[in-house]
Amino acid sequence: MRNVYLITLFVCVALASIFGLRGTTFTRPPMDVFPEWAFPGMKYQPKLRPQGASTFFADGRADRVPPAHTVARGMLRDDDQLYLGKDDAGGWVKGFPAKLSVDRAFIEHGRERYTIYCAPCHSELGDGNGITKRYGMGATPTYHDDRLRNMAEGEIYNTITNGKNTMLSYADKLAPDERWAVIAYMRALQRAHQGKPADVSDPAARQTLGIQ
Amino acid sequence: MSKLFPKSANKLPLQILIYLGVLAGIATAGATYYLTPKYTRVGYAPVQPVPFSHAQHVQEVGLDCRYCHSSVDKSGHSNVPTAQTCMNCHNVIKPTSPLLAPVRESFEKNTPVPWVWVHRTPDFAYFNHAIHVNRGVSCVECHGKVNEMDTVAHTQPLSMAFCIECHRNPEMRLRDPKDIFNLDSKNLADQGRAEDARKYIHDWKVMPPQSCSGCHR
Repeated sequence: MRNVYLITLFVCVALASIFGLRGTTFTRPPMDVFPEWAFPGMKYQPKLRPQGASTFFADGRADRVPPAHTVARGMLRDDDQLYLGKDDAGGWVKGFPAKLSVDRAFIEHGRERYTIYCAPCHSELGDGNGITKRYGMGATPTYHDDRLRNMAEGEIYNTITNGKNTMLSYADKLAPDERWAVIAYMRALQRAHQGKPADVSDPAARQTLGIQ
Repeated sequence: MSKLFPKSANKLPLQILIYLGVLAGIATAGATYYLTPKYTRVGYAPVQPVPFSHAQHVQEVGLDCRYCHSSVDKSGHSNVPTAQTCMNCHNVIKPTSPLLAPVRESFEKNTPVPWVWVHRTPDFAYFNHAIHVNRGVSCVECHGKVNEMDTVAHTQPLSMAFCIECHRNPEMRLRDPKDIFNLDSKNLADQGRAEDARKYIHDWKVMPPQSCSGCHR
């Protein structure tokens, strides 16, 4: 009987050495506790998941592009000001589309999006000295010159939507209203860059900044 | 006639029973330890087609999670970035690196980069990223400190017990809204601000479902 226990102990130690401890790093696909052959269609259902693979479609992707010349219900973009940055005459919109209300929350949202998507190259100040410059990103323009100060909002919108030079499109990351919000924050950066002590009206802020 | 069985054989039935009991105990302990996502999934770090380092891109470059995972706060599905997202920088930075060849090929030929899915929920569980990050649950709670990983590894079990534990006590996991994408931050409870967490739960109407149909349909 003693031998049986010794053998059992040996087998346990051997198995534990093979299976290892929890949390050990491994690269093979994880084991299924309830494997597919015993419980078919539970964990791996014959449905398509976002960005998943498909054996049905020729390109191997589950994600589909809408067929050409179709518009999904409620997705018609017929407001050229809002969606293209163009006015009725086909020129770039100056100012912001009438449908958007440019208020503090709008600019704050623009600031958040700007910090995520634009600041890596354009920098948090908008001077074009973002972190990517250190890695070899060439001439990122500064916002603080007359060319960009006077550029129509619609043209900036078009740049965000379609990209320009080495900047690729950010249309997949920023929804149309977010692009306008980013432009509003960009205008705020430009204004702040030209700020003078006289612009600060709040007495407490003047105190903090040491303005007499 | 000689004795077929020695006298010790009288004790054998009892000994066998005890041994079977011990064996059952070992089997239970083994199953408890091994047949759980804490063993089967935690530590999974597959080899990816491009050796992308989250640590470098977050800590050195300072990118926000949402720069690449841009749908996480808008959609139930948090996207793996498109090849174009990589090319936003890598068309200029390291444009000829052989390590980036799969990304360039994907960008030019419009074919997918065969990234390996690390945190795969089973098809019967419906997890919504947007509602979690927009209600104070940081990425780090489920994905671990990805900002320190050179190779992404599965750090949490993501089992039903794991989900339910937080759905029952959300105040232990919630973060200040400004800290959600800062994976080095502490959640409110760990900051000793459990009172704030309860206030958020009330103000934001955080009501994590505990019914089956909350996550399964």
